[in-house]
Amino acid sequence: MSSKTESNRETAKKLYEAMGMTDAALRDTDTAHLVINGNMVVGEHLVPGLEVEPTETQNGVRVTVRVLEGAVIKKPVHMCFGILPEEGLQEIEMNTIIQKNSSVSILAHCTFPNAVKVVHKMDASIEIQDGASYTYLERHVHGKKSGITVLPKARVTLGKHARFATDFELLSGRVGEINIDYETTCSDFSVLEMNAKINGTGDDRINIREIGHLQGEGARGVLTSRIAVRDRARAEVYNKLTASAPFARGHVDCKEIVQDEGVATAVPIVEVNHPKAHVTHEAAIGSVDDKQLETLMARGLSEDDAVELIIQGLLS
Amino acid sequence: MENHMSILNIENLSLSLGEKPILNNLSIDFWEGHVHAIVGPNGAGKSTLAFTIMGLGGYRHIDGDIRMDGQSIRELSVDQRARMGISLGWQEPARFEGLSVRSYLKASAAQNQNGSVDEALNMVGLEPADYLSRSVDKTLSGGERKRIELASLIVMQPRLVLLDEPDSGIDVEALERIFDAIKVLKERGSTIILITHSLAVLNQAEHAFLLCHGEVVDKGVTEKIRGYFENKCIPCAHKNEPDTGEMIQ
Repeated sequence: MSSKTESNRETAKKLYEAMGMTDAALRDTDTAHLVINGNMVVGEHLVPGLEVEPTETQNGVRVTVRVLEGAVIKKPVHMCFGILPEEGLQEIEMNTIIQKNSSVSILAHCTFPNAVKVVHKMDASIEIQDGASYTYLERHVHGKKSGITVLPKARVTLGKHARFATDFELLSGRVGEINIDYETTCSDFSVLEMNAKINGTGDDRINIREIGHLQGEGARGVLTSRIAVRDRARAEVYNKLTASAPFARGHVDCKEIVQDEGVATAVPIVEVNHPKAHVTHEAAIGSVDDKQLETLMARGLSEDDAVELIIQGLLS
Repeated sequence: MENHMSILNIENLSLSLGEKPILNNLSIDFWEGHVHAIVGPNGAGKSTLAFTIMGLGGYRHIDGDIRMDGQSIRELSVDQRARMGISLGWQEPARFEGLSVRSYLKASAAQNQNGSVDEALNMVGLEPADYLSRSVDKTLSGGERKRIELASLIVMQPRLVLLDEPDSGIDVEALERIFDAIKVLKERGSTIILITHSLAVLNQAEHAFLLCHGEVVDKGVTEKIRGYFENKCIPCAHKNEPDTGEMIQ
């Protein structure tokens, strides 16, 4: 084994350890993976039906991911993006094509355990063709310092009968500043689910902009946000769902718990311009519900422990 | 003559919500290890009494006193009262989005090292394998949440359990489970106060207090108070006697 290969494996292992995980998935030959530290690809393994073409750039990596027509990738593909040093810029350009009637799930881990001055940018273009299914779980683990800016952006198109589900989780460590910007366009009978769960503390800044356009007949979409802000953290959630075709159905659901001096804003927008389409929304912002709190306190939990448990539940 | 020991004393308790008096110079002793029932018409102050004993927000500004083991608890918070051994099951239990049944019951068991989550669920007729991973939220029926709340009290094993309308939203079959669980709580040493409209629930008690307009207008063994449910409400000083038409016969 070359010293570079050995060094890459060690770096990949450290990134996984920073996530609180082992690197067992990287040794499973049936599990595809791609591990990127800064602008270096430190681990890569493919399975049949999946093509990944990474190119290292000055400040990151340009990646094309292609799932071939009809391919069903059984095990979730592991992707890991991170920066181990205290400072750095990581720009990921990702062009994803999920070809007709194929299916894949991605487990994306993003870790910046030592960030003091780190910027992580993700600019994704995702095409999910007719009958294809794409699930993307992005889990962030940050360190105790708030010196990180996360800028994920995605433009997604769904073909007929296609399905796209994405979960964004940032529950461990300081958020720093995050600006999520996702926009999806849905064709006939496609299904869109976008979920975001973020726990803000200190002086964290959370901005979420999620937009779904239900343009096809029978298209369905749900945008869900669960946010907690404590200390002096601030969150602004902008969810927009438009429906412009018969039998398009959508729902926007935003819940934000505010504690201490935190501030939360929700802007749910629903726009319907077809008489047979239907979109609903609900938004709830405020402190922890009194009845929930008193129920747990009546079991002997302190107020602080009760609040923590309620928030853990909401973000679980 | 049997010698009874009080666990909780309500002494000249009065409480108003806004301008409206709800509890009016109420005095009650609850005997340790017994099952008591508080009955009365809507608006009599039954649930208010339970919330006041638990010390919930909005029910703290009282006249009079509440003593547990002779010690005043009127200045104590809800969790302090719970750690003294008082707990409450709500008529309509809270929903917790995302909080698993396992986490809820484990948190409830923190005061009782012998509490078994599985055993508690079995006792209320819920299969642990089917429920532990579910969330205590709107995906559960009202009856399921009610039973899970009772399970949370079983794992906690408080010394004094307040149950507000324990049969609310419960079907007949599950109600027997609830009654069995009340018996087990008593066998394990809990004192139980049932807030109820229901004759079936009243029949689980050994003693009962009839409340009307925030006052105790009758008390005694259950057989005596049962007459209230048989449309024989005793005459009282109030102009409007309880409407027995709403009672479950």
